Parts: sequence; C-alpha cells; structure tokens
Amino acid sequence: MTTLQETPGTQGLRGVERSAIATVRHGLSLTPEIRKGLGGTFALAVLATVGKVIVPIAVQQTMDRGLEGPVPDVAYIRAVVAVCAAAVLLTAFCGYLMNVRLYKATESSLATLRVRGFRHVHDLSVLTQNSERRGALVSRVTGDVDQISAFMQWGGLMIIVALGQLLVASVLMFVYSWQLGLLVWFCFLPLMAAMPRFQRWLSAAYTRVRERTGDMLSAVGESVVGAAVIRAYGAETRTSERLDTAIEANKTAQARTQKIVATVFPLTEIVAAVAVAGVVLLGVRLGVDGDISEGRLVAFLFLITLFISPLQIATEVLNEAQNAIAGWRRILGVLDTPPDVADPGEDGVDLPRGPISVSFQEVGFTYPGGPAVLSDVSVDIPPRSRIAVVGETGSGKTTFAKLLTRLMDPVSGRVTVDGEDLRRVRFSSLRERIVMVPQDGFLFDGTLADNIRFGRPPATDEEIRLALTELGLTDWLEGLPAGLDTPVGQRGESLSAGERQLVALARAYLADPDLLLLDEATSAVDPATEVRLARALEGVTRGRTAVSIAHRLSTAEAADEVLVFDRGRIVQRGPHAELVARPGVYADLHASWVSAARS
Amino acid sequence: MASKVTSAVMRKGLRVLGVAIRAEKAVFTAAVLASSVYGAMTVASAWALGWATENVVLPAFRQGEVGTGTLVAGVLLIVGTALLKALGVAGRRFFAGVMQYRMQARSRRDVTRQYLRLPLAWHHRHPTGQLLSNASADAEAAWAPLAPLPMAVGVVVMLVTAAVALVLTDLPLALVGFLVFPAIALLNLVYQRRLSPLATRAQQLRAEVSEIAHESFDGALVVKTLGREDAETARFRARAERLRDANIAVGRVRGLFDPMLEALPTLGVLAVLLVGAARLEGGAITAGTLVQVAYLFTLLAFPIRALGWVLAELPRAVVGYERVQEVLSATGSMEYGTAVLAGDAPARLEVRGLGYAYGDVPVLSGVDFEVEPGRTTALVGPTGSGKSTLVQTFVRLVDPAEGAVLVDGTDLREAARGAVSDVVALVPQQTFLFDDTVRGNITLGLPVDDQEVWAALRLAQAEGFVSALPAGLDTKVGERGTTLSGGQRQRLALARALVRRPRLLVLDDATSSVDPQVEAKILYGLRDAAATSAASTVVVVAYRMATIALADEVVYLEHGRVVDRGPHDELLARCAGYRNLVTAYEREEAEREALGADEETGGEAAGRPGGDLGADEISTDEEISA
Repeated sequence: MTTLQETPGTQGLRGVERSAIATVRHGLSLTPEIRKGLGGTFALAVLATVGKVIVPIAVQQTMDRGLEGPVPDVAYIRAVVAVCAAAVLLTAFCGYLMNVRLYKATESSLATLRVRGFRHVHDLSVLTQNSERRGALVSRVTGDVDQISAFMQWGGLMIIVALGQLLVASVLMFVYSWQLGLLVWFCFLPLMAAMPRFQRWLSAAYTRVRERTGDMLSAVGESVVGAAVIRAYGAETRTSERLDTAIEANKTAQARTQKIVATVFPLTEIVAAVAVAGVVLLGVRLGVDGDISEGRLVAFLFLITLFISPLQIATEVLNEAQNAIAGWRRILGVLDTPPDVADPGEDGVDLPRGPISVSFQEVGFTYPGGPAVLSDVSVDIPPRSRIAVVGETGSGKTTFAKLLTRLMDPVSGRVTVDGEDLRRVRFSSLRERIVMVPQDGFLFDGTLADNIRFGRPPATDEEIRLALTELGLTDWLEGLPAGLDTPVGQRGESLSAGERQLVALARAYLADPDLLLLDEATSAVDPATEVRLARALEGVTRGRTAVSIAHRLSTAEAADEVLVFDRGRIVQRGPHAELVARPGVYADLHASWVSAARS
Repeated sequence: MASKVTSAVMRKGLRVLGVAIRAEKAVFTAAVLASSVYGAMTVASAWALGWATENVVLPAFRQGEVGTGTLVAGVLLIVGTALLKALGVAGRRFFAGVMQYRMQARSRRDVTRQYLRLPLAWHHRHPTGQLLSNASADAEAAWAPLAPLPMAVGVVVMLVTAAVALVLTDLPLALVGFLVFPAIALLNLVYQRRLSPLATRAQQLRAEVSEIAHESFDGALVVKTLGREDAETARFRARAERLRDANIAVGRVRGLFDPMLEALPTLGVLAVLLVGAARLEGGAITAGTLVQVAYLFTLLAFPIRALGWVLAELPRAVVGYERVQEVLSATGSMEYGTAVLAGDAPARLEVRGLGYAYGDVPVLSGVDFEVEPGRTTALVGPTGSGKSTLVQTFVRLVDPAEGAVLVDGTDLREAARGAVSDVVALVPQQTFLFDDTVRGNITLGLPVDDQEVWAALRLAQAEGFVSALPAGLDTKVGERGTTLSGGQRQRLALARALVRRPRLLVLDDATSSVDPQVEAKILYGLRDAAATSAASTVVVVAYRMATIALADEVVYLEHGRVVDRGPHDELLARCAGYRNLVTAYEREEAEREALGADEETGGEAAGRPGGDLGADEISTDEEISA
C-alpha cells in the first residue's frame, strides 16, 4: 500500500509539439533503414503506375489506327497488343519488386523503432512509467507501430499510386483533348474539395467507434476479472445491463460510421458517370468539328475509370495517414521523453565490491506538483549495518527506499554510496550491488527456476536450490508439485501472494547484492514462515548492508538501528531498546503493533 | 489452427455464414438485393457505354451528325445506370455493415451472458486473456466475412449477367472472358491459400510481441531493480524480429500476387482487342461492341476479387466462431432451488462434511463446524490450507464436491437465485473495484440512499478518505479513476459488504493491507455494531492476533482438514500447530530477548509442521478471490 499512493500522475510522457510533416520527418530520421533505396522503390512505384494507362492507350491505338480504314488493320492491332502485353508484364514485375522492397524497408525500420521504444520505456524513471497506464505504454510499441506500417504498406503506397494514376491519366487526357480534360477535372474537383470534409466526418466517427470499443472491452474485462465479486454480491443483472449498454453503443457507433462510408463511397461512381456523359456530349461536338478522333474519345471513357478508385479510397487513405501520424507522435512521445533518472554511462563510476555504506545529506523530495514527501533527511548507514525503517503509511518510507535504490533522484540534497554520489554510479554497477525486493513480487510467466534465475541469469539449478536452502525454503520447494520446474502462471498468479513474495526474495538473494533493501517484502506470508524467513535473512545478510521497511515489530527489534519516519522526516533514530523506552512516535507505533500481535 | 483454405474449412466456413444468414434474414436479403442491383448495373453500365459508342459517338464521327433523341438517350442511360449502381453500392455497404455488427453484438451479448451464468470454477479453468478475446477478437473474427459477403454475391450476379451478355454479344469474345475470369478467380484462390497461413502466423507473432511488452512493462520495477533491461530488450527484439520476418513473408506473397491480379484483366482486355479485331474484320461485331466488351473487362477486374476476400476471412472466421461456440456450449451453470432465506436476525452457518478438490488435488475434506447466530468465528491455518476455498462455498462461489453448507438450516444449493447474496456477504482477500464511482462500487445497484452508504463507509473506516476525494461519492475509481492505495481499496470493499447489512459477514483476510491501527478501529467498530442494530454472524480468515482475539471461537485448518476448534485460549493450550502459527512472532520476540548471549539458539519454529507453508497445492485458494 505504500507504493502507488505516493505517486500522483503528473510526470507523464512529454512529447515535443511537431507539425505532421516534422513528425514524419523526425520519425523517418530515427529509422534510417527506410530511407535506404527509397528512391529506387519510388521509381519502381512510378513505373508500376504507368501500367494503368496501357488499356486506354491500346484502345485508342486500336480504334484510331487499327480500325480507321474500312478494313481493320489486324497486323497493326497485333503489334499494339504485343507491345502492350510486354509493357503489362514489365510493369507488373516492377510492381513486384517495388512491393518487396517496400515491405523489407518498412518492416525492418519499424522493428527497430519498436525495439527502441521498448528499451526507452524501461529506461524511463519509475515515476514516468507509473504515470501511464500499462496498456497505453504497450500500445506504443505494438498498435501504434502497426498503424505506421499499415499506412506505409497500403495507404502511403496508395497515395503515391493514386497521385501517379491521376497524373498519368490527366497528362494523357490533356494530350488527347484539353477541352475534355478540363471537363473531367471540372466534374471531379468539387468531390476532391469535399474529401477533407468527408474525412473529418469519418475520422470523428472512427474515434467514436474506438472509444465505444474501449468502453465495451473494459466492461467485458470487469465481468471477467470481477467474476467472483459479481457472483458474491448477486450483481449479475446489473453487470449484464452495463454490458448490453456498452455492446449496443459500440454497435451503434459502428453502424453510424458505416452509414457515412456507404454514403460517400458511391458518390464517386455518380460523378464519374456524369463525367462520362459530359465527355460523350462534348466529345461528339468536338468530333464533329474534327478536334478529336473517335479512338481518343473512347480512350477518354477508359481514362475516367482511373479517377474513380483514387477518390473512392481517398477518405480511407487520409484517415490512415492521420492515424499513422498520430501513432508516430505517440511513439516519438516515448522517445522524446528524457529518462529523468539517467544512467551516467561512460562518465560514471563503478562501485568496488564489498559492504556498502550509504549517506543521505539533507535530502528532500517532492512529486511534481505535489507537497514535499521527504524533507531534510540526513542519515549515515555504515557498511554491514542492519537498518529498519518504520512509520505510518505516507510517512515517506517508500520514497526513502526509492531514493536509496535510485529509482528516483532527490529534489534537494544528495545520496552517496561509498562516498560516491548515486547519480554518478553506472547503472550496471548500481543494480548489481544494490537490490530492492518490492512488496508486490511480480513474476514472469515461466517456471519457478526461470523467475529466480532472473536475479542472476548464469545461475545453475544447483545454485538456485542452494539459495532456497539458505533462505530456509527447502520444505516449501519440496512441497511444490514440480519443484523448480513448477510453472508460476501469468504474473505468477498460479502461486499465492505469499509464495510470490518468497520467489521475489529468492530472486533478489541470488543476485548476491551488497545492499539488500526489503520493502515489506514478506507481508503476505503466514507468521510461522515469515519468522523462519526473517531468521534465515539475518544469517544471509550478515556481512552485507540490509535495509528493511518494517511492517512488524520483530524486524525493528532485530535491527542495529531504527529510522522512524513521520510526515517526511526522520523524527527518531536509534536501537529499538532505546527508542521504545522514550515517549514518541516509535513508542506509539510499538504499542499499536503489540496490541495487533497480542491483543 | 485452421489457417488454410482447405475444403473442410470451406464447408465449416459456409456453415458459419449460413448461421448468420438465418439469423439476419431481412438484412441479408436487403444487402444481397442491393448488391445484385450493383452487379447487374455494373454490366449494364458497360452496355450503356457500348450503346453510346455505337449509336452516338461513331455515327457522329462517321456521319458527322447525331440525333438529339439518341444523344439524350445515351446520356440518360449512362447516368441512370450509374445512379442505380451507386444506390446498389450504398445499400450493399450499409446492410453488409449492419449485418456484421449485429452478429458481432449478438455473439458478444451471448458470450458475456454465459460468462455471468457459468460457475466460478469454469472461470478458473480459463485464463482471463482468453475470455477477453472470446468476447472481443473472436466475436469479431467470426463475422468478419459478412462484410464482403454481399459484394461476393453481387459479383456472382455480375459474372452471370456478364456471361450471358457476352454469349449474346459474340461467342469468341465470350470465350476470352471465360478464360480470363476463371483464371482471375483461380489465381485469387491460390493467393489466399498461400497468404492465409502466413497472415495467421504474423497475427500470432503480433500477439506474442504484445504479450512480451505487456509482461515486461508490468514487471518494469523488477526489471529495473535487478538491472535486466538489456536482457528484456533482447527478449523483445528476438520476437519483434520474428514478427518483422513474418510480415516480410506476407509482403512477398502480396507483392507477387497483387501485380499479377492487376495484370491479368489488362491482358484480358488486350486479348479482347486482338480477337475483336479479327471479328471486326469478318464483320461479326461492330466497334461499339468491342468497346463495350473491353470496358466490361475493365469494370469486372476489381470486384471479382471480393470472392477472394470472403475466402481469405473464412479460416479466421471458423476459428473465431468455434471459440465463441465453445463458450456458449459450456455446461455446468449453477442450479438454483426455490428456498428463501427469510429473516432479519443473524444467520446460523453450518458446514457439514464438506470436501472440495481442484482437479485431483484435494483442497478440503471432511470439514465440519457450525457458527451460531451472532457469533464470530475465526478461520486460521497456514498459507495454502484451504481457507479461501472454504469461505467461497459460503457464498456459493463454488459448490462443495461433498457435503453441504447450510444457512439457517437451508442447503445453499436449494436457495433461490439471488437469495444467498441477500444474506451472506464475502469480502475477498484481493479487492476488485469496478470502473465506476465510489457510490456505484459500494451499492452495485442496490437501492440504498447516500446516508446508508456513508454509514457503511464510517464502519469501514473509509469515511475520512472518501470525503477528501475530489468528488466524494461521485469520484471515479477503478482502473481509469483515482488511484487508491491497497488499504483504501480494501476498506471500500468492506463498505460494499456492510451496506448490504448481511446476516452473515465473511472476511477473507480482508484488512491485510490496512494499517494495524486502522484495522483495530474497524474490528472494534464491527464488534460494537454487532451489539446494536447491524448485527450479523461473522466468519473471519486471519493471521493477526488482534483479529483472532475478536472471535468467540477459532477453527484451525491444516491441509484442508479441521485440526481443532474451540476458543482461542483452549486451542492455544492443546493444539501445537495452532500455537506454533499464531504465536510465531511472540515466541520469536521472546527468543530474541533471551538470545542476548546465546547465539546458537534458533530454528525451533522451522521444524514444526505448523510452520510448513503447506504448499502441496499451487494455484489454489489464495488468489481465487481476486
């Protein structure tokens, strides 16, 4: 209970404000793979697009040259067909090459982006990590990246193809007849002008669908995760109603979106037909005056079809482009956020091995926008000492622990380890030497051995067994159905809360740190086991520095020194025997513990 | 997993489509009618163009004039067919969407209803993630082919119409069509067959990448404190690179087939020109006819791919549908009797010969005890001794495999639906809050006024922090709401039970995250309340002495059996295991005091059976109340 409460969510990800183009440019600059050979890919795309006008040209050539005389010039038509067929195959091949290059480039670069984003999330401080919902962080390296790739492989490509198609068709149109070309553009322009508006409608509708889907998923999630509570309290009807409402709202939002799509999409067909009719009407007049040949006129009718698909998919593509840019912004938002607790890296120092001394010098800490949670804390922890930290919820114990392990940096003052400012110590050295066991022992899906080995990957099964023996947990291990190979389930949920804490402790112990920090690390195990564990810990931490955030009496009693926190300050310190004899915060705390233990 | 378009999958897929068609007859009919209009009008528009070429364009060029009537007729034909076609497209898209969304919503309703109906034991056998995807992704996948289905039907209409039109126009040109269009269809089939296993694999890997990210970010604190960022990044990278390769493999197939599918109809048009020229030479057709056929080929090239889209979705749909059906066909829903558990007085609880097992692992056996009305009983035992499972039988979260739980003499299995939760309230070990306001979380729809809610909060020692919340009772809590500490959440859960004025209150280590001082206040409050109006019988699972001390009687469990029962003092005197467990801290302290000089002392507690974690079972009771 000491972990989340102290963390107001004000230390979020800080994206830099950028325009759409700057976002894309910056995004691309982070993934050089995509730019390699982009010119070649683009050239191939243009060549592939040229394939679209082969039919109109073939028709025009056939009609104007092959069929102009009283008898069809079959030989000429054959030649035209042969040349065109070769061109079709060539452009198809270009299309193939272009696709493969595009997929390779985009997928490689996005994989890089994904991994960079993932790594950066881990590099961010605990404060920043906790300010975001886990699911939101996950989607930045999954769904958001997928949106970018979907756009680059379909929408982005379609923009190139569609623009190319419109361009090539228009050029040919104006070559055949500028009057008819103008006419066609005149027909399509209003529709093109209206596209951004349609896209806005559609985008708003999609946003609504996403929100409704989110609501629905969270309602479904509640009905599954809260299954026990729902049954225990007979809340089935209410839950069912909430679910139905959410499902129905989602359906309605989807149907509304579909209505927009179904209205906008066929408009292009009508406009195209009007253009065709216009071309026939005007073309016939021009033809009578001898300004255009019949083949060219007919070719026009084919060229108009090239206008249809770009416009039909325009709203979708614009929408995808918007999503991709939003996705890019979100992942850049992660990468742009500086890790406010940064690894000094090359400039840093490594701690020498051996017992660790810690010194807090006038340390103060304030969460962004919050009140001070720690002020003027000065304390020296000599090597090999055993320290207990006590105090009520919200007194600053956990903040103290987070500063000591450099999960956060102090706002004022400094923390030194072996005389070295903690901020100068390389993470690789720091994380090896100082290990914290948090209250909630998170486990990864895998076996017991996998999870304990997480503390020191090269450890053998024998070493793991030895560690458990030293912690006095042999009986427990033997009681497990598959011993070290027992699967712990997702998030360790196949084990009880107490057992998870045992694994977390073993994991930290195996890491063999010089300073072990226990944050109420055994609060959920039964008293007999806890006592046994405390005893074992006393043995194994001998020769190391140990700091325990205590939730019960005996931990404090066993410590060399007790630090008593109250409202962000150390109000008392000294051995248990001394403190308990004096009236004060500790004596009160002690009294309540005693009454809880014995009553 | 069915990822290939085999004939078995086809058959199953068609059956799934049949289910949807039968369920949404009217919408499907509307969609198919609209799509048929679209199909027929597509062919008609080519014919209109051919007619205009033949009767308007060519005469104008060749004779230099054209009748106004013919001109108007040509324009009307072109625009008219296009209007009808557009209407067809609009109708097809709209109704297809409605059908798909209706079916999805229907599946989701059915699945979630089933979730609420099925017993908790069923829930425990299925991972949360799976149940979530049954209701979301699977329900969506099952009905995904409904979106392109009406178009596919329209395309069939289109093809038949085109075939007839072609045959009527000119047989040799029709033959070109009969070669080209089946070739496109065949190529499509090959395409989807090659693509769908690759696409399935990519989808699978995408889920795996997401799972790793989820797990890794959930465990971010552990990763950080043990400095394992590099190892985690390597783990993520390995999977991300497999996803990349899978996506590139998909891209290769797409990259190969998409241009081929574009090229084939173009080659078809060229073939039409070639054959058509020969036919023109012989005078069998006119130039208008040639234009018409060529145009028709251009128009048909794209829609024909809709057949492939339906096929492509079928394997996924079959898997999704089967997963949904698996939930819907699950049996073992709770049976209810008709007995009512009337009365206002504290209830009497009787546990008779109760036994329970998770699979083959027995968790509880032969548990017998009773709690008299108004009395408080503590259930005590080591971690994993079956306490949480036992208390779950009191509210029928699980039914005992043997024996029975009786409240006021009525077997809970004979109680009417809803009767048990009216009488008994369980506060579980792990708190679950709904994405709702504080008020909503406490009432859960129970018609109580705010005064009663505040009274319950007061008793749960939650009044102070709730009134300090930004919007008091209206503050949103839950995942997307205000962050509460573990102890605050537990107190809300307690208030949720208390506001119901249960006649039997069951606390499963329900104040473990609350500060001892606050816990003491809660427990004294409960005892005082018991002496007055809000009287209830209480069963409490506890480790803390303060909690145990409140009980009139203690039932001590080990390995799922009642080892002893009686008042705390008596048990302390005669039951070694109990003594060992509850006095562990005290003894330790005493030893510590005695220790001083004698360093060798120790290990007494370690050897005792009561000190055993009793972990002969995993995945059992402790987490199930989550």
